[in-house]
Amino acid sequence: MAKRETMVMNMGPQHPATHGVLRIELELDGETVVDARPLIGYLHTGIEKNMEAKTYTQALTMTDRMDYLAPMSNNLVYVGAIEKLMEVEVPPRAEYVRVIMTELTRVASHLVWLGTHAIDLGAMSMLLYCFREREKILQMYEFVSGVRMMSSYFRVGGLAKDIPAGFDERVKDILDTFPAKINEYEGLLTNNKIWRNRTIGVGSISAEDAIDAGLSGPNLRGSGVAWDIRKSNPYSYYDKFEFDIPTGKNGDVYDRYLVRLEEIRQALRIVGQAVEGIPEGPHITADRKIALPSKEEVLKGMEQLIHHFKIVVHGFQPPAGDVYFAIESPKGEIGCYIVSDGTKKPYRVHFRPPSFVNISALPKLVIGRMLADVIACIGSLDIVLGEIDR
Amino acid sequence: MVSIIEERLRKGYSDRLIEVYTFRGDLNVVLKPEDIPEVCRYLKTDPDMKFNFLSCITACDYLDQREIRFEVVYLLFSIPDHHRIILKTRVNENEEIPTLTSLWSTADWHEREIYDMFGITFTGHPNLKRILMDDDWVGHPQRKDFPLTYEVPHFTYNKGEIDTRHNAPWRGDSDG
Repeated sequence: MAKRETMVMNMGPQHPATHGVLRIELELDGETVVDARPLIGYLHTGIEKNMEAKTYTQALTMTDRMDYLAPMSNNLVYVGAIEKLMEVEVPPRAEYVRVIMTELTRVASHLVWLGTHAIDLGAMSMLLYCFREREKILQMYEFVSGVRMMSSYFRVGGLAKDIPAGFDERVKDILDTFPAKINEYEGLLTNNKIWRNRTIGVGSISAEDAIDAGLSGPNLRGSGVAWDIRKSNPYSYYDKFEFDIPTGKNGDVYDRYLVRLEEIRQALRIVGQAVEGIPEGPHITADRKIALPSKEEVLKGMEQLIHHFKIVVHGFQPPAGDVYFAIESPKGEIGCYIVSDGTKKPYRVHFRPPSFVNISALPKLVIGRMLADVIACIGSLDIVLGEIDR
Repeated sequence: MVSIIEERLRKGYSDRLIEVYTFRGDLNVVLKPEDIPEVCRYLKTDPDMKFNFLSCITACDYLDQREIRFEVVYLLFSIPDHHRIILKTRVNENEEIPTLTSLWSTADWHEREIYDMFGITFTGHPNLKRILMDDDWVGHPQRKDFPLTYEVPHFTYNKGEIDTRHNAPWRGDSDG
């Protein structure tokens, strides 16, 4: 009998289906995957180390650059952790806008996932359609923050600036047009024979294995675990809105696809409820030890001028201590662990990146399957390398 | 809820808890490094605790601030009961912590990242090597004595640069 030999094949870091600079060492027996070793670090920029040298507000801009498809979610977890540490009261208007913008972010992130995942499996037109719709959300980013991607719109205590006039109409325009588009995408894929053959039963993982591997977000819900931090430990104003947690059964690529599609609809449902109820009031806390006073106040009052000077020069100083704060980002549980030593700069910041944990589970999904299924599995985990490597 | 968990832990492990406190609503428990796996196993498997999800493991370097230099932080979450617990353990440079990879496979990459960034060793880890930095990287970037501003050039013909590399304080005695 001939000796069985395996071949080690290198996939990436320059490969269109790895969604960035991910490298995977695949050990193949013919076309069957015997072992898979994801190798990361090609996009490591030392964000956590850099943050230690910046003030809390300056460091905020780096959070956009981790998961660059969901900048608002990253902003929210970072400011949320500082607000937990400083026990800041955020005005209701800011919380409503935060919910709207993070849910739109979820839609935008899922649209990029759907487009890239589908093109990996051969459905070219999906990419064009999804990016067309995502563009509307990027325009919303530009409308509120002035920037299309690196928004840094949320600040400790509220928002960088108030929403411009016409915000409601733009959000409602998205709410009017998107559901029909989502149905259209579903019509193109859900019952498509090629799509079903490529995804059903591929890369399945049981609920226990998924929890053991640390999967969270849609990847865990695809295996049937109905855990969503927005429901289980509500932050911001999520306890004020109604929405469902979609779950799958088999934990395969197809179930994760269905879960994310339904999540887009649920996100739009939350946005629809929130946009109807945006209260009047300030967009940022009135605590002048944290937030800048308005320009008019600075020009009129001595005390406001001093506050302005103190915050710009010295920043704000959270009390010494360490907290962990987690939210449900489009990719799963994103958490922020902050250690403060009582100065204006964070002593240590660590992010729990959902993509980092999700990609570490890739071998469990692909071992024993065909080489072509690796592509489907990477796509279905919805990773962003900027967040994995930080 | 926090108080019940605290009470149970105090009852079962009273002699092993170095410190227990609640900060901003989260229960923090400080343990000795060798007790981490046993307490984690209890928290994970006990039908009253159900901390079945390991969110994250991270670390912090308290150089010149504390007697024991590093603090490793374990963030556990209970999916059925929705509560969180923070376990902490403190080690010095030459000390080791038992791995958690046999309890949760997700601990694998978190521990590798801590090894890479802080140089803390986890005994029993199946594949403890660098994860974000190059295999031949010298030093551990998240340590407080690792400088932020200087990037080590990998290739250079500049004589002055070569001397700087060799004399840099964090390089130790290696000849890279």
